[in-house]
Amino acid sequence: MTTLLQTPPPRVAGDELQPVRRLSGGRRVLGYLTLGVAAVLVLLPFYWMVMSSLKSNNDVFTVPVQWIATDPVWSNYLDIWSKSDMTTWLGNTVLLSAVVTLLQVFTGSFAAYGFAKVRFPGRDVLFLAYIGTLAVPWQSYMVPQFVMMSKLQLTDTLWAIVALQAFGALGVFLMKQFYETVPDELIDAARIDGMSEYGIYRRIMLPLSVPALASLTLITLVTTWNDYLGPLLYLRSPDLWTIQLGLKSFINQYNAEYALIMTGSVLSVLPILVIFLAGQRYFVEGIATTGLKG
Amino acid sequence: MTTIADTRRRRGRVVARNTAVGWSFLLPNFAGFVILTMVPVGLLFYYAFTEWDVFGGATWTGLENFRQLARDASFWTALRNTLYYAAFHIPLTLGVSLGLALLLNRKLRGVAFFRTVAFFPYITSIVAIAQIWNMLFSPGFGPVNEVLRWIGVDNPPGWTTSADASMPAVIVVGTWRYMGYYMLLFLAGLQTIPAQLYEAALVDGASAWQRFRAVTLPGLRHTTFFITVLLTIESFKVLDLILVMTDGGPGQSTLVLSQYIFQKGFEENQFGYASAVSVVLFAICFVVTVVQFVVNKRRSA
Repeated sequence: MTTLLQTPPPRVAGDELQPVRRLSGGRRVLGYLTLGVAAVLVLLPFYWMVMSSLKSNNDVFTVPVQWIATDPVWSNYLDIWSKSDMTTWLGNTVLLSAVVTLLQVFTGSFAAYGFAKVRFPGRDVLFLAYIGTLAVPWQSYMVPQFVMMSKLQLTDTLWAIVALQAFGALGVFLMKQFYETVPDELIDAARIDGMSEYGIYRRIMLPLSVPALASLTLITLVTTWNDYLGPLLYLRSPDLWTIQLGLKSFINQYNAEYALIMTGSVLSVLPILVIFLAGQRYFVEGIATTGLKG
Repeated sequence: MTTIADTRRRRGRVVARNTAVGWSFLLPNFAGFVILTMVPVGLLFYYAFTEWDVFGGATWTGLENFRQLARDASFWTALRNTLYYAAFHIPLTLGVSLGLALLLNRKLRGVAFFRTVAFFPYITSIVAIAQIWNMLFSPGFGPVNEVLRWIGVDNPPGWTTSADASMPAVIVVGTWRYMGYYMLLFLAGLQTIPAQLYEAALVDGASAWQRFRAVTLPGLRHTTFFITVLLTIESFKVLDLILVMTDGGPGQSTLVLSQYIFQKGFEENQFGYASAVSVVLFAICFVVTVVQFVVNKRRSA
């Protein structure tokens, strides 16, 4: 009955994603138990990937499963560079992720200012078109898009992926959500002072929206880095491949080299994981405010 | 005498100026958006009524593609499999992510750590994920089946190598990958429920289950609706996970609609026919979204 007498602590305003209530006694133990099991279930495949990447190939599949690589084979991490074009793949992926993110963040936030702070006829209908397409699966228009891109002679170039990813509605939507929280009085004051709309965007909105820009940057980076379908359809020449395509072809080519495949997988995940961990607060904020994904 | 006309003219000038400025902000993104999204979506509805291979152009054939679709056994298999995936993936992911969100909305040590960890599958590349899980699922030596044997399952399934168990395997991985994402959305929703409501329920002597039914669920209504819509679209368009995990197999046991579009369009270069399948996918997503909106509106009225 003690649970019934306990009153939940007051919530701190503005402190989002904070735990609300305290559990007690047996429920607490049960909570920890569930949390522990869930954590293991989520992390186990990653653990297994890292461990397998450090085994010799014959030790990956043994009965019973070897949960710890007793004699870590670090040379896997050297061998993979000579057996694959890891450098090219990673280079292409870094280049694409950087260009796409830059364009998405810039054009998205620029358009968002127009939608959020400039009043003109037809604005809301236009915005609805953006929102509407977020519900249209890309898979349903990838064929006509491909035909169009091949007419523009963009297929089998890195530009195809830039075009595909850089002008999404996501950035516009996320940044508009944020700009609307900036009070109009602030903008009006700047207008009265004679600042142009571009000046307001650059000198007031951009500095204010650093957290939102960081969110968008992270979400776009992660999406572009991990995109498989876009590159699969558009990038045919091996020297244009991204890490996802490269890894997939490596798996097909060396399908029995389990340890090396896991090494490649670790290398494909590691950079984006590091970036995510460095900025995960912004990533989480961005998703929590938009609830949308690329 | 001329004040009204003056004001009107001045207002007209302000509107014109604002329109020009507004459009100048939209244009860099809007141009790309129109060319790369709106135009292809429009073209889709033209291509679907044409016969088209790589050589030669499009020939208008009216409803012929759709008539052919109706007789196409592979199409029906793909549609059935898509519904199969959605029917399990949606409720499973809803349940798991809501459960996790409720758990992580408590004061427990390690909650912050787990919120981060739950995201790992979502930010990891699909190729790596598929490869890891295929190895974990491998019938003879895979850890999954070994654990199953250890707890007394004599004949564990072959997972991605068996026609019956391949779709469940894909659904497990799909749920594992996306649950962290939806968990976060639920978590954000839970934060909007006023603590006073729980206090009042406690004072009234409501049990945990009653509080969940009377406070949490109604408070999450908008979040749940939103998540269901997202999850539905995500399920109907599933493609990359299946391409890299099973490639539709074994046989056609995991062939889904968007993969059928992929096969017809990009492997067999039948752009018209692939577009007709795309229209079906488009229509399903559209209808389901509209129905969900209408039901949601009626319920909140």
